Amino acid sequence: MELARKWVQLVIALLTNGYWGFPATRTIYQGPLKVVCSPGLNCYSCPAATTYCPLGALQQLMLSIRFNLENAQYYLGWYVLGCIGVVGAFLGRMVCGWACPFGFFQELLYKIPSRKFSVPRPLRFIKFGLLLFFIFLLPLFVVNDFGMGNPWFCKYVCPAGTLEAGLPLLWLQPELRNTVGLLFYNKVAILVFFVGWSVVASRPFCRVACPLGAFYALFSRARLVKLQLDREKCTKCEACHHVCPMGVKFNESPDDFECITCLACMDRACKFDAISLTVGGIPLRSGEVRKPVVSKPQ
Amino acid sequence: MLRKKKPLRKLPFIVLTFFLVLFLAGVISGEPSRVLEQSWQICLSCIGIG
Repeated sequence: MELARKWVQLVIALLTNGYWGFPATRTIYQGPLKVVCSPGLNCYSCPAATTYCPLGALQQLMLSIRFNLENAQYYLGWYVLGCIGVVGAFLGRMVCGWACPFGFFQELLYKIPSRKFSVPRPLRFIKFGLLLFFIFLLPLFVVNDFGMGNPWFCKYVCPAGTLEAGLPLLWLQPELRNTVGLLFYNKVAILVFFVGWSVVASRPFCRVACPLGAFYALFSRARLVKLQLDREKCTKCEACHHVCPMGVKFNESPDDFECITCLACMDRACKFDAISLTVGGIPLRSGEVRKPVVSKPQ
Repeated sequence: MLRKKKPLRKLPFIVLTFFLVLFLAGVISGEPSRVLEQSWQICLSCIGIG
């Protein structure tokens, strides 16, 4: 299952970044697919990006709401919210585990041999603050004389944007290098920080700072596809604690908002079939306890 | 012994319907064309350049 997940992650990363004409055109893809929402964090200013980033689009709509309303354009972000809401209601944070290119990148970094550390659990609440302030409130309320705000998360934080768009565009368009300033160095420092952290800890950006992960986390109880614990079969052996890349103690909190449904606990840890993948509460696999095979006396 | 039938969870369908309605409202108000316009442009300040 782990191999299948890696393939899905790779295919989705290639599909959402499938425009390989950029070295010749030296600009980004400008085709009709850009109206399709990328389920994971994937900067739409990336030269290879074929879809739009929901966080980028949401901020752009938030920061121009006043301006648009004054011009009788009622763009309130419903289309983007609807897109990621539908994805969230289906899969929740399963997207993070299976369809996010930046999550995949962090998983690859974590494979680099080094001493490994855990991520302190209280830090995971930071991403909800980033979602509320940097995606919604600051772009909406901190505006200039024309009523326009800033895309705060993209501009000041997003390491995926620096990796996928900032650095490649500086390579493709050398004339841009003269405009690089403190803002860009700050973003490069944030990228370097998370790259380094990803080598020694599992998915630190997803756990601490991803507003899209925070949005999908809101669906942890209400999503259609989720893992379910059978408390009668669970022996509390805690094997599921040791394989989870997100530090979830599944048998203690089966609806944990950090669960990315990577299926490691179900496939690699639980020997008692206490964990099953369900759709709308209906298990996809009927689990039977794997009892040791005992040969009958002849 | 008869296996107990698992009940279908209703909450995901309610949430799904809500966001589908939101999505359709966005489509009707013409937001996809605005999103397309935005995503065709390179927003340099958005990626920390300029």
